[in-house]
Order: sequence, then C-alpha cells, then structure tokens
Amino acid sequence: MTTTTAGIVFIASLVIALGLAYRPIGDHMYRVYTSTRHLAVERGVYRLIGVRPDAEQPWNVYARALLAFSAISILVVYGMQRLQDRLFLSLGLPPVTDHIAWNTAISFVTNTNWQAYSGESTMGHLVQMSALAVQNFVSAAVGMAVAVALVRGFARRRSDTIGNFWVDLVRGTLRVLLPIAVVGALVLVAGGVIQNFASPHVVNTLTGGTQAITGGPVASQEVIKELGTNGGGFYNANSAHPFENPTTWTNWLEIFLLLLIPFGLTRTFGRMVGQVRQGYAILAVMVTLALLSVVLINVFELSGHATVPQAVGAAMEGKEVRFGVADSATFAAATTLTSTGAVDSFHDSFTPLGGMMTMFTMMLGEVAPGGTGSGLYGMLVLAVITVFVAGLMVGRTPEYLGKKIGSREIKLASLYFLVTPVLVLVGTAAAMGNASGLAAMLNRGPHGFSEILYAFTSAANNNGSAFAGVTVNTPWYDVALGLCMAFGRFLPIVFVLALAGSLARQAPVPQSAGTLPTHRPQFVGMVVGVTVVLVALTFLPALALGPLAEGLS
Amino acid sequence: MSTSVLEAPDRSPAPGGRVGGGLLDPKQLMASLPGAFAKLNPATLWRNPVMFIVEIGAASTTVLAILDPSVFAWAIVVWLWLTVVFANLAEAVAEGRGKAQAATLRAAKRDTTGRRLKSWTAGARTLEWDVVGAPELRQGDHVIVEAGEVIPGDGDVVEGIASVDESAITGESAPVIRESGGDRSAVTGGTKVLSDRVIVRITQKPGESFIDRMIALVEGANRQKTPNEIALNILLAALTIIFLVATVTMQPLAIYSKGQNPGVPDSLALDANGVTGVVLVSLLVCLIPTTIGALLSAIGIAGMDRLVQRNVLAMSGRAVEAAGDVNTLLLDKTGTITLGNRQASEFVPVEGVTGAELARAAQLASLADETPEGRSVVVYAKQEYGLREREPGELAHAEWIAFTAQTRMSGVDVDGRQVRKGAATSVMKWVRDNGGHPTGDVGHLVDGISASGGTPLVVGEVTGGTARVLGVIHLKDVVKEGMRERFDEMRRMGIRTVMITGDNPLTAKAIADEAGVDDFLAEATPEDKLALIKKEQEGGRLVAMTGDGTNDAPALAQADVGVAMNTGTSAAKEAGNMVDLDSNPTKLIEIVEIGKQLLITRGALTTFSIANDIAKYFAIIPAMFAAVYPGLDTLNVMRLHSPQSAILSAVVFNALVIVVLIPLALRGVRYRPSSASKLLSRNLYLYGLGGIIAPFAGIKLIDLLIHFLPGMS
Repeated sequence: MTTTTAGIVFIASLVIALGLAYRPIGDHMYRVYTSTRHLAVERGVYRLIGVRPDAEQPWNVYARALLAFSAISILVVYGMQRLQDRLFLSLGLPPVTDHIAWNTAISFVTNTNWQAYSGESTMGHLVQMSALAVQNFVSAAVGMAVAVALVRGFARRRSDTIGNFWVDLVRGTLRVLLPIAVVGALVLVAGGVIQNFASPHVVNTLTGGTQAITGGPVASQEVIKELGTNGGGFYNANSAHPFENPTTWTNWLEIFLLLLIPFGLTRTFGRMVGQVRQGYAILAVMVTLALLSVVLINVFELSGHATVPQAVGAAMEGKEVRFGVADSATFAAATTLTSTGAVDSFHDSFTPLGGMMTMFTMMLGEVAPGGTGSGLYGMLVLAVITVFVAGLMVGRTPEYLGKKIGSREIKLASLYFLVTPVLVLVGTAAAMGNASGLAAMLNRGPHGFSEILYAFTSAANNNGSAFAGVTVNTPWYDVALGLCMAFGRFLPIVFVLALAGSLARQAPVPQSAGTLPTHRPQFVGMVVGVTVVLVALTFLPALALGPLAEGLS
Repeated sequence: MSTSVLEAPDRSPAPGGRVGGGLLDPKQLMASLPGAFAKLNPATLWRNPVMFIVEIGAASTTVLAILDPSVFAWAIVVWLWLTVVFANLAEAVAEGRGKAQAATLRAAKRDTTGRRLKSWTAGARTLEWDVVGAPELRQGDHVIVEAGEVIPGDGDVVEGIASVDESAITGESAPVIRESGGDRSAVTGGTKVLSDRVIVRITQKPGESFIDRMIALVEGANRQKTPNEIALNILLAALTIIFLVATVTMQPLAIYSKGQNPGVPDSLALDANGVTGVVLVSLLVCLIPTTIGALLSAIGIAGMDRLVQRNVLAMSGRAVEAAGDVNTLLLDKTGTITLGNRQASEFVPVEGVTGAELARAAQLASLADETPEGRSVVVYAKQEYGLREREPGELAHAEWIAFTAQTRMSGVDVDGRQVRKGAATSVMKWVRDNGGHPTGDVGHLVDGISASGGTPLVVGEVTGGTARVLGVIHLKDVVKEGMRERFDEMRRMGIRTVMITGDNPLTAKAIADEAGVDDFLAEATPEDKLALIKKEQEGGRLVAMTGDGTNDAPALAQADVGVAMNTGTSAAKEAGNMVDLDSNPTKLIEIVEIGKQLLITRGALTTFSIANDIAKYFAIIPAMFAAVYPGLDTLNVMRLHSPQSAILSAVVFNALVIVVLIPLALRGVRYRPSSASKLLSRNLYLYGLGGIIAPFAGIKLIDLLIHFLPGMS
C-alpha cells in the first residue's frame, strides 16, 4: 500500500466506524438526557450533594450551579497539586508551583488540558487520577450538559426552565462517559497501553546514560482523555508516547473515541427537537468542515512544501514512524477539530500551511464536531447567526426550529461569537507587545509568531494542544493563557445558557413554505460558508503574518 | 375660510400590482446634499455605530494627514469623509421623499374654522352655532359642515349625507359619499364637503388629527427602530467590534514582523511603528460593514415610503415588518375575492317551460327590483336571450311589486297575469297559496344550485287562476379575475388564506373552492373573526386582516397587521395599525410583499457587505506586508499597481458602492413570490456570490484609473 492509499483507508474506516456508532450513541444520549428515572447510585449522589433531582432550573440558576461547581473544581485541583507532597502516591514529587498549579487547575476544569508542565515528572499518581482524571470526566459532562440545555431551549415551548444542571452532570458522567471509558480502557490495555502503579523504572540507554521510565494508570486516563475531548496526556509526549498510544490501531481507536460523542450529539439534538433531519443537517455541516480540514492537512503534509521534507521525501519531522504522515495528519485534524488537544505528532513541525490548518480548525471555534457538548452548542450558535442573515433574505423575521431569532437571541449569539476571537487576538497582541511575552519565544520570524498565535488560539478555544517553541511555564504565560482558558470556556457557556433560556420561553412558530428550511444542503452550505468566511475575515491578518508568510515564501 | 384645492401627491402604483420601485432622480441627490452634510454632526451620527466609527476614522486620519502630509494620505482622508457623506446622503434622500409628501399634507392643515353647534341632540330642528378655529375643537363637539366648506377635524357623521372630496389625503379626485350610521361615517379633517350638509361629531384630540399623524409618519419624525432593525444593528455592531479588534491587535504583530526584517525600508504603509495610522484606518473602514451600515436606515424609511406610495399609511415600522411575517391572511369575501354582488348566471326552467319563457318572466319580475341581484337578472336576460330591457313605465296598467326584506319577492301584476321572482321558500309558498303545486322537480333544482354554492331564485306565475313555478334563476358570486393565481402565490410564500363570509357553509365552500383559498369561515360574526384570529395566534401564527366597520375594530386590534379602510369608521381606523386610503381590501397582499421586500433588502445588503470584505483583504494585506514577507504578494491576485493604489482603490470602492446601492436600498430588491428556498438561492447567488466577485472587478478597475495619480507608486 502506498502512503496515500493507507491514509485513505485509515480515514475511510474511521468514517464508516463513526457512521455505525452514530445512531446508537446518539439515541443512548437522547434517552439519558430525557429519561425521568434516576438510577439508585444517582439518587445516592443527589442526596450526598443535597439537590432535588426533579426540580427544574431556569437558565440563570442552571448557570450559577455550573459556575459554582467549576469554581469548586478549580480550587480542589489547585489544592491537590499544591499539597501533593503531603498526599500519598506522590512518587516523591514536590508540590507544583503556584502559577503552574493555577494554570493546570483551570486547564483541566475548562476541558482544555493545556499542559504547562511535563506530566510524568510533575504530577504524582494521586493528582493524575483523582484531580485530573476526575476533571476529564466532569468537565466533559459539563460541556454536554450545556449543549443539552441549549437543545432543550429549542425543543421546549413557553418554558421557564432548561433542565437541572446536577442531573445532567451526573447522568452524563455515569451513564455516558463512564461505561464507554471502562470498555475503552480495557481495549486500550489489550492494545498495549499500560495500566499499573509501578514505580519509575530506571534503565540504561544505548548511549550509556540512564533514564527513569514512569509507569502508571495510563489506559484509564488515556480513554477519557480522548472520549471527553480533554487531551491532557499522562506523559509529556502525549499520544506520541508508546505507553499511551502504542500502535496504528490504538491510534485509530483514539481518534474514533474523540470524535464519537461530539458527532453523536447531533443525533441526540435531532431526537430532542423531534426532527432527526435537523440533526443530520448539523452533522453534515460538521462533516463537511471536518473532511475539508482532514483532506487539506493531509495534502499539505503529504506534499510537504518546506525545504526539509522535500529533501527527505516526506514531512516526517515531529511525526512518529509507527504512525506515518497520513495517520498523524488525520490525528492532528481530529484533535484540533474537537477541543481535544491530544497530539500524536508535533504540530510545530508540520509544514507551515499544514500547521496553519490546525490553527484554522481551532479558530472555527471547534465546532466540527468540536468538544463534547461545546462543539454542538458552538455549531448551533453559528447556525443561529446564519439563520439570521439567511432568514432575512427570504423576507421573514428569522427563525430556527420554530424559534424567532430576535434582538435578544442575536445579541447573545453575537456575544458568544465575539469571545474567542477577541481573546485570541488580544492575547496574541499582548504577548507580541510585551517583553515577558517575547522573551519566551525560542524561534524568530513568522514561525516564532505562529507559535504564540497557536498557544492563544488553543487556550481560548479550550483545545490544549501546543506548537512547541514557546516557554509557556512562565508566570506571564500561565496567567495570560489561564485567563484565556477561563474566559474562553465560561463566558460562552453563560451566553449559551441565556440563549437557551430565551428560546425556551418562546412559543414555536409553525413551519410553512415561507419558512427557511434548515435541513437542506442549501442551508448546510450556508452555515459552512458563513463559518469559514467569518473566521477567515477575523484571523486573516494574523495568519498572514505567521503561517501564510512562512508558507507562501 | 380656506378652501384651497390641494394638489394630490403624485402616486403611481406599479403596473400589475407588483411591488415596484420609486425612481431616483439625480436632482433629488443634489437636493439632499446639504442634509447629508448636516448629518455629519457626531451628536446625531452616533446612533449609527458603524458610520460613527468611520467618522472617527476620517477625523483621525485628517489629523495624521495634516501632521504628515502626502498625496496618498489626503486622498484617503477625502474618500473616508465621502464614505460618511454618502451614507448620510442615502438617509437624506429617503427622508427627502417623505418631506415632499408632508409639505403637501401640511397645506391641508391650513387654518380652518368650524361652526360648532351648541348642545346638539339627534333630530334637533333648530341649530345654533358659533364659529371657532379648528384647534379649539374638542372631542365630542359637534360641527355643521355644508357644501363648499372644509371639515375642521376628524370625526363621524352623525346626521345627514354628503359627497366629500378626499383628494387631499387619498389623492383620488372622485368624491366619496359619507353618511351617518353604518360603516361610511368617518370623515377626515382637511377634506372638503362638495354637496349637502352633515353634522359631524369630532373624535380627535386637538393636534392629533389624522393628517398630523400622516405628516409625522411620512416625515419619519418619530421613527422608531423596528425589532428586526435593532437585531441587525446588534449583529453589525458585533462584526464592527471583531474587525476593530482584528485591526488594532495587528499592530504589535506588524511591529514584530517589521523588526524581524530590518533591511526592509519604511513605506507609507508600514514603518518601524507598525502599520501607519492612515492605512490602519483604511483597513478598518473597509472591513466593518459600512455598506449595510450606511443604507440600513434608508431601507427602513424607503419601506414606509413604498407603502405611502401605494396609499397605505402604516402607523409603525413594526407593523410593516410584521406584514412580512404574516402566516395567515383573513380576506373578506365580498369586494376582495368576489366582485361586489351575486349575478345571474343561468335560467333553469322546469319541465314544459322553455328557457325563453322563463327568461321573459324573470325579466318581467325583476324590472322593479333595484337590488344588484335584480339588475343582474335583467342584464343576463338581455345578454343571453336578447330580451330588450323595458322600463317599468312601458307597460300600462302594470302594478309593480318591489322587493322588500319581508316578502323577499318582487314582481308585477299585468293584464291578469301575476309574475313573481324571489327566495325559493317565499315564491313556492306564494304559488301554493294561489292553489298551485310546485313539482318535486323544483326542489331538486333549488337544492342543486344551493349545493353548488349558488343562490337559487324561483320564478312563479299565476295566470287564469292556475299557479305554477316556471323555473329557477341561478345567482352566483363572481370571483375576481386572477385571484386563484394570487392565492397560489401566497401558498408558495407559505401564507394561508382564509375567506371570511356571512354566507352559509355550503355557499362559502363553493366560492372558496373556486377562488382557491385555503380555508373559509362561513356565517362569520365579528366574534367568530376575533376567535379565529386568537386561535391562529395561539399556534404562533401572525394574522393580517382588513376591516372597515365598527364591529371589525376588536379583530383589527387583535390582528398583527390590521388594515383599516379609509372609508370605514373612526373606530376601525383607530384599531388597525395601517390605513388604506384607497380602501382596497386586495391591497393586503401588496402590503405583505412590501414587508417581505423590506427584510430581504436588509439581508441581501448585509450579505453583500460581508462578502465584499474578502476582496478587500486580497487588496490590502499584500499592500501592507508584501514588503516584509514577499511571499504574501501571491495574495495580490488582482495585480494592483502599488500598495498605495491598492489601499486607495479599496477605500474608493467601499465608498462608491454605497452610492451605487442607494437606488436599490430605496427601491428594495426585486421580490417575486416564491418558496423560501428559491428566494434564498437567488439572493445568495446575486448578493453573496456577487458580493464576493464584484469588488474584485471594481477594485481592479479603480486601480487602473487611479494609478496615474501622483504618489501612487
């Protein structure tokens, strides 16, 4: 098989597998979020945290619960890192420094998993398992809860409430993420991923030096890292590390896992609003954008326009030999299209245009298919903006799924859309106009700038992957990127929940021939177009001075 | 007393009733120029955030150009100011049209006086009055107005009947009849009584007359932003913020990039301090949605104006927008769907009687029937059977029996023969009373006609002591031509049409089927109408209706779009949110189209505005940065002459496109009733794809012209 054929088989088999899993996972989540029954273990949890599971919440109460939960989570994760040396299973590691601990706490609670540290040499097993891995579950469940709340906004009529945050959180964790994670972890172990509590193993290397190899509960963390679109690796090398991702087919499985829920949620959406085809339309938008970017990254990487790749015949720098160019490119597309940020190759070493595509897919707002939940709600907000402009062109007050898009709705959608570009651009500009920001740069020229742009794009969009080349564990970057992650996560969530509340209050407008149909290819094409054009217009100046300047020279 | 005859405002509805456009006269542009400059005042311009930012940009580049003058900088300054002026011009032109109309209306407001009656009571024989100025009249006052006098205020006729010249407000020179009682009692201040004498009860508050409101409306004096306009403004503000951030945050990146390439000489676009102020502002102005920002308020004003041109006054812009959203149209059968009255369409004789015989009897019996139905029988007999119309006086000794609501028959007794024509039950009873026995045949005929939605009139006679039925006249509602096509269009637009009629369900159904409406409400009372509207609205639908009577008022008030006929009562005009001065119920359909056109124009120009940005980037980014990163020259796909000419071309294009689109904004984009999908496709190609391509061509063309200017290389 040639490289290209292998790449195509890899992508095609992924598409088929995801297609097969789409309905079962989507329908399962539909049942989870609409069921009126509570499991015994769930009742126990509700009693423990003292909530009445059958009490519905208006959007502001929902948002308050979510923010309170996240704030407490940040405190807990921060505290455990700072006190790591006094807790057990610390592997003798010292407490994490304050700014890194703060940055890491926000990073994992916001589902970003930006790692300003090297996993195996900073965090002990206890912190990895009970602080970071727990957040991998619940931060994903929080994203799904917000998405489901927004969908309820569309589905409900004249309702003041959008669900119960605690119920959505607990069900998402226990009924969706945990069962899949258990099965997935076992499969990964079978595939060669390690799962132990072994002490670091010191080996002699070929060159005569020694190296400490840390074991640990990797498989259990690896599976949720992908499934919950988290991306925070046990090891610094992330999914490029052979203990995390040993073979081509574990690589395949990891991509499958990180795409499973975000795509599946479109089915859940269709079911909940009572029109499955609306879910398919959103799915089609996501798939179109995803395939475009997968193909483009593959093309840029396989054709390798930079000097070194042309010399060696392929852009192999920064890629694992066991995966090859195509599989690495596909992983890169998947991890930046979702808010995962796990990497099995180094995006910094990609061709300039390939690297630009990984940034561009994040700049899309991570909506194709995006993070668990965050992808769906981001895409629905883009659909609302599209509907507004398109709806005017058919001569009616725009409406989506029977809900009118009036000034309040467009205000919230616009605010949502404003947050991440502003964070990315202001953050990047601040770094480039600031001595602490510039001092951390290890590279110069457009590539050095690209690395900074990537860092802020990744943080603000809650991706978590990184171009290397920037010393980010400095107080300035930890604070700046930490703020980007926090604002990039919670401001949009509040706007989405407010939007959900405002939509839920409306009585739906019946559909007619004069209503803009939102399930046809025409609409799918429009959402794709609006998304790409808006993002391109916003980021073109920045991209021009970074990857474009590098790639076109 | 002022009795000046007013010149009617020039109104020329587009042929075929399709929503057409007004014309844009270059003279109008010139006349609006002073207004456009007056609008540069920041105290008013800030209401339009997009153009306000352009003005700030223009002002700051002016300062920069003074400090560091160059041909390039000054050229940019001039065109940035022109961008703001062009935007103001669009609004001024739109307002100018309204102002002209308002001036005409003001003439009708000239000081009139009225004869105020002292203690008028119905039927009073002696009348006493004093002459007072129109502003002194209060609600509830009674005034007497005679031929040649101008009615001093809005009110209802409480006594008398008169012909009134309403051309001052409707532009229609034919006089109309106004009479007490019924649905034609409302009169408008400023109109002139041509004949007879009426007593009018004033219903307006001083200074709030219909004409006052009309003036305020067409001038746009208290124009409120409509909900949709507000929403669009929010989106435009958000886009402006994004581009503001994108432009401002570019500066540190530009400084860094320039610093990385110390060998590159400073240029007018980029120096060690980053992108120069003039270029940065140019980029910002090119990116923010200036096209739609400039034209948005003009579109709204022009939308109202298009209604005024069609003699419809909308009390609020909100109502016009709601018209575009309407899901259900309630249309009165009579006058809207059918021609005024039923007409004879067939004579069906019973066995043993010829058609001609029946026709002759029917004609004879109808000669004394002055109702429209009666007249139509005579006309039909003449058309189909060649029977000459005879005057009742022609037949000697004839005793004419006129139609009354009690007998429900008309006829004639002549030479021992009695002929009657009328409601089936009445005539059959009359035949039986005279000893005749109508055959079962008659019953079948009558039922058959009823079932087909027609109205049967039975013709009977008594000659030589024998009474018999001769046959049945088939009266039929005549559906106006082209209504079916109109309703099919409505269906394609997603609008349901419901016919309202007082007829029985059978008749109603037949007419509904023939006209092609989606549904009907038979034997409708005002309460039924109101209930129907409420039911539709509960399902989330928006309802439009027309009405004229006082009993329509609750329904008019409840409907989302309530169009009151100008001939109607004051109560109806008060309740509706639009008034049709022509009193043409069919116009509701045009109103809906204008509402849709208004929204489409906004959406199309927004799309166009955003699509334009792509080309501008291709012009400006290489112009700014190709010096430091030569690879970026690949983006200069238009092969523009120099960085300066590229940036100036983009700015000039950005300004000129506003002027080019003013006529479109005033006229509205072309609208053809069709499904949402088709409309969207068409507008996407035209304004989306067109919006991407047009600036590439436009900027290149401008570049070809201006690269000869000094300072462009």
